Amino acid sequence: MTPEIRSIGILGAGRVGTALARLALAAGYEVRVATARPPHEIALLLEVMAPGAEPLSVEALIATSDIVILALPLSKYRELRPELFAGKIVIDAMNYWPPTDGTIEDFERAASSSEIVQDHLAGARLVRAFNHMGYHEIEQEARPEGDPARRALAVAGNDADARAAVSGFIDRLGYDPIDAGPLMASRNFGVGTTIFGAAFDRTEMAQLLASAHQREAA
Amino acid sequence: MEIGIYSFGDVQKDATTGELGSTAEATRNLLEAIQLADQVGLDYFGIGEHHTREMPASAATVILGAAAASTKNIKLGSAVTVLSTDDPVRVYQQFATLDALSNGRAEITAGRGSSTESFPLFGHSLNDYDALYAEKLDLLMLINESESVTWNGKFRPALNKAQVVPRPDGGSLPIWLATGGNPQSSVRAGLNGLPISYAIIGGQANRFAPLAELYRRAAAQAGVAPEKIKVSVASPGFVGEDAAKAKDFFWTHWHAVMEQLGKIRGFAPPPRFHYDKEASGDGALFAGSPEEIAERIVKLHGSLGHMRQFFQIDVGQMPHREYLRSIELFGTKVKPLVDAALGDKAKAKEANRDA
Ligand SMILES: NC(=O)c1ccc[n+]([C@@H]2O[C@H](COP(=O)([O-])OP(=O)(O)OC[C@H]3O[C@@H](n4cnc5c(N)ncnc54)[C@H](OP(=O)(O)O)[C@@H]3O)[C@@H](O)[C@H]2O)c1
Repeated sequence: MTPEIRSIGILGAGRVGTALARLALAAGYEVRVATARPPHEIALLLEVMAPGAEPLSVEALIATSDIVILALPLSKYRELRPELFAGKIVIDAMNYWPPTDGTIEDFERAASSSEIVQDHLAGARLVRAFNHMGYHEIEQEARPEGDPARRALAVAGNDADARAAVSGFIDRLGYDPIDAGPLMASRNFGVGTTIFGAAFDRTEMAQLLASAHQREAA
Repeated sequence: MEIGIYSFGDVQKDATTGELGSTAEATRNLLEAIQLADQVGLDYFGIGEHHTREMPASAATVILGAAAASTKNIKLGSAVTVLSTDDPVRVYQQFATLDALSNGRAEITAGRGSSTESFPLFGHSLNDYDALYAEKLDLLMLINESESVTWNGKFRPALNKAQVVPRPDGGSLPIWLATGGNPQSSVRAGLNGLPISYAIIGGQANRFAPLAELYRRAAAQAGVAPEKIKVSVASPGFVGEDAAKAKDFFWTHWHAVMEQLGKIRGFAPPPRFHYDKEASGDGALFAGSPEEIAERIVKLHGSLGHMRQFFQIDVGQMPHREYLRSIELFGTKVKPLVDAALGDKAKAKEANRDA
């Protein structure tokens, strides 16, 4: 069953977090944002960068949001407390990017960083999305349904209902969601893949994901 | 409004043989570029710390020191100093020395920069980036406030009434905070009363307008004096007499860098149509004719209110001749057009008198 999604909670008020907050507000969602700082310390930031988004504590945000988006540096993932995420639909937008962020031992041998994050947040219904597009594009490239210039975003996760819920959210923001299947498939749109940082429409994206999948099966 | 140039000290590539010039030659060429920028009336030159074969500007203050002795008016700074992997005491001493030699023209810009080679080079871990940066910025600001410094932290030995000299005649050095768009950095600069420098190197440039507003509001909230609140913008740029030729020429060099970077960082280099979009309108790439670029600077000024914009011309191993010609056009054509448009008549007059 796909639950109705009304409220979006974003962990991280950086470039990605504030861009997604603005998009989600524009699409009519209730939006909350939390960082490692107390909520009042990001009040001004949100007032200017994403007017209408509510600053909350991490705990309150997770407890009250239908979807929680991880838009914090991946190096901080162990600070996320697994018990808070049990049963939650979580979007992992974080990338493992050693050239700019440094090497993190936990991710050195992982095919997809999201699988490590899912292992840590064992009870969460984790979906990987948004990671293959630059933050300024995420905001600039959103288009209404049916627009020929509408771009596609890949979605992967082990929980089909969570994937469907996230797909609905992505569609409302202005992108064609393409279901890549289980979380394992997220390695096909990670850093260094053809999809990472490039622009594709739904047909191209579906083809790229399918052929990557075939290569893997072979 | 101030117009300037910044460089990572690019090595030139021979257009016919494809061979890279020497790093020593590139260093001398960089000095020549600064001297020309001064002669054509540009306001600022910044050197961005890098440590690679293609971009060997590792010791910016030495080059700037040579420039101090052979230029008159141009402000000389870093763009940026990778503060996280440097010792703030040493950074301050070097720039204060530069300030003395240049009669008050030195500036520091601290930031993450686009290079990370200095981390392994000086034995720091990228994982400590945030902590290193916060601590070192703190110390640098403290040194700027007083000659005798008492301080302790995690990443360098404590200081007990340590004397840090020479001191700038002007009392303190401008310390800019450089940022690529993380909103918290704008808040940090505002709360600390530091001028802010936005690196706008891709996408739509005016998306930084809310950040500039955030910076100004954070500064106002902290009671910072209005004259201390300053915004500057750094972006890629190239001017040539002919708009289409300038765009084509810059494309080959810009694309070469993006290809290099993409290989290291795992993304596909952007296609030409993407470049064309960003090299026009509100885009972040300022390549074109002097008239077009002046117009776009003025338009961006309308949304950001920045007091300086400076351009990285020599990307992708650009030949020295074209680089120098573009600097000349920025000084002789773009700057007067921008001054005229912004009603900076007094300044234009002054420049004429000096020339
Ligand atoms: N930049 C892009 O174009 C892009 C595109 C796709 C994906 N990504 C990924 O998205 C993530 C965010 O990138 P970004 O560019 O937005 O980074 P950023 O600008 O540095 O922002 C990171 C945010 O995370 C917050 N944060 C840090 N520790 C936290 C914690 N323990 N709990 C909650 N929030 C915390 C930071 O706030 P405080 O420090 O104030 O707590 C800050 O607001 C990264 O994992 C990145 O790989 C980036």
